[in-house]
Amino acid sequence: MSIKDRLSGNEAVATAMRQINPDVFAMFPITPSTEIPQYFAQYVADGRVDTEFICVESEHSSMSACIGAEAAGCRAVTATSSAGLSYMNEVLFCAASLRLPVVLAVSCRALTGPININHDYSDSMAERDSGFIQIYAENNQEVYDNYLQAHRIGEHEGVRLPVMICQDGFITSHALENIELEEDEAVKAFVGEYCPENYLLKQENPLAVGPYGTSPYYMEARVAQAEAMKKAKEVILEVAADFEKNFGRHYGFFEEYRMEDAEIALVIMGSSAGTAKAAVDELREQGVKAGLVKVRVFRPFPAEELAKALSGCSSVAVMDKSEGFSAHGGPLFADTAASLINAPRRPLMINIVYGLGGRDFTVSQAKRVFARLENIARTKETGPVYTHLGQRDDREEVQ
Amino acid sequence: MAYNLKEQMSKPERFHPGHGLCAGCGAGIVSRAMLRALDPEDRAVVCNATSCLEVSSFQYPLTAWEDSYIHVAFENTSAVASGVESALRAMKKKGKINDNFKILAIGGDGGTYDIGFQSLSGAMERGHDFTYFCYDNEAYMNTGTQRSSATPPFASATTTPAGTQSVGKKEGKKDLTQIVVAHGSPYVAQTTLLGTFKDFHDKARKAIYTEGPTFVNVLSPCPRGWQYSAELLPEICRLAVETCVWPLYEVEEGEYRMTYIPKKKLPVERFMELQGRFAHCFKPGNEWTIEAAQKYVDERWEALLAKCR
Repeated sequence: MSIKDRLSGNEAVATAMRQINPDVFAMFPITPSTEIPQYFAQYVADGRVDTEFICVESEHSSMSACIGAEAAGCRAVTATSSAGLSYMNEVLFCAASLRLPVVLAVSCRALTGPININHDYSDSMAERDSGFIQIYAENNQEVYDNYLQAHRIGEHEGVRLPVMICQDGFITSHALENIELEEDEAVKAFVGEYCPENYLLKQENPLAVGPYGTSPYYMEARVAQAEAMKKAKEVILEVAADFEKNFGRHYGFFEEYRMEDAEIALVIMGSSAGTAKAAVDELREQGVKAGLVKVRVFRPFPAEELAKALSGCSSVAVMDKSEGFSAHGGPLFADTAASLINAPRRPLMINIVYGLGGRDFTVSQAKRVFARLENIARTKETGPVYTHLGQRDDREEVQ
Repeated sequence: MAYNLKEQMSKPERFHPGHGLCAGCGAGIVSRAMLRALDPEDRAVVCNATSCLEVSSFQYPLTAWEDSYIHVAFENTSAVASGVESALRAMKKKGKINDNFKILAIGGDGGTYDIGFQSLSGAMERGHDFTYFCYDNEAYMNTGTQRSSATPPFASATTTPAGTQSVGKKEGKKDLTQIVVAHGSPYVAQTTLLGTFKDFHDKARKAIYTEGPTFVNVLSPCPRGWQYSAELLPEICRLAVETCVWPLYEVEEGEYRMTYIPKKKLPVERFMELQGRFAHCFKPGNEWTIEAAQKYVDERWEALLAKCR
């Protein structure tokens, strides 16, 4: 039986961690993810978990300690945001290439310049090529559910990759929402025990981890890692199916919202999808065939599936909540556009960068984007492909 | 039981030949001696910083290490060791493991004094049960002898080269051993590669078998960076001790103790004259550097002696 509760996104993640009872949690605080280890510290203080909770001196060390613990044969977790994630950058690549399924909760926050504590995806998007699986949530329920699935995906013998469970800093991490939690025992049974085949502390057989890989060997290791990321696509769906069987909530690579006959659509991530859905509903009432695709799994990128979902549309706006500085649009746009490159029929596409550093995203803004898409569909002219929405003086607004 | 080198050398080897370290390098010798200090029935997890030692001892698909071994990056060895040690605690708590694992960390002076200093300090402060061995060869040797905070004054390094306007490194050597002592570590020692290895062995054993974060700083010459001929390694180590350039001492629960005091302290130039990195000090006009080096060593030696009284 599910338990109805009201939790913030951070507390939802901490609750999932408590239910899973990982062996090691290495923490270092940073806004807005700090509450996750704080809640967890209280679980430790109250004897509700038997995790080794270590308060390290930096995020570089929290991820490094997780790497050590996972290699030693244990389940290791941590949480971070923004500059903390950037500080981990080097060792994120190590965790992934050492094929250690560390689970990292990220309450996504803008990166500095200027310093800002609010939400966008500049932190997690900067790590999109780190080799971590990345799963994003629209709301607190989703981040809880994603977290429950994370260990099984990462630890699967065909995958063995670390996982980032991303949510929107403050917007979901700090907002209280109704949530359905699962029973502790049901969670434990679903997630299972971690039993790696080889590990440093294996009594009967030592293990050597992290070699110098010279040119004759390096490439094979990287290809094996790339294959694991491809395999992760299958495993993500398998775990989601089992999750649905156990707990009744459905998950895929992305959510298609009113896409059956959509002619114009947004591709969007995270909590903004909720806002955009309200715009879709209003437009549908007016007879506009609008829809949206909310990307849940960004790494591995569900290219074929996304191409299929969008191929029937006349025009599509890809909404990036991070600036890629490519002078050619954001990271979600780059991957979405690449997904459609060989499609026999593909929509005209524009990229809109919005919501940076916690800038509001409103229903009326979403409707204005749809109005632009209607115009593109009618004229077959995209106009400027890459624009910024929601600046103070609205100079970016293209009608 | 009294220390017996022959007995020690007849233990099964735990750091195997075939690695790619240079002849006359201290790092492999430190690694072997470190592992000899373990009881044969005890197992180790060795956490190694990126270094000459790492790239030379674990080049896929070969490893020189008999025990479990992990290398992740340059600056995070103590954090990795913290994770391994925490995992060991977690597994013990769950009854999944026998308690015969020792967590050892090893890095060069770059990975310990400098880029790895934050992670070392953090792990020492948190009190993890592990022993950190620093093989201090007094510069970044893996990248080609750039100066580190462990490089002594007047040593020529590729980023502090001697020249018409330069007599090598201008700054002193960071006293990492005493900085670790200041963390409240239960056992800290300095040693080097000498004679029967009794000094190294006794200190390594004490460090490994003392509960908590312990630290052994090993002066470990590098033939390429120090510019000496390989067979001079033991002589250079001996002279480092006899000149008081590298005092042998230990600190147990904050109590300083000299483990060796030279009967007749040799002049520092005896240590310097064997090494190319100090060759410029012996050129006409640079005699003052040898005097200054002597003064630097004397002051540090006296200060240390005072702490040992």
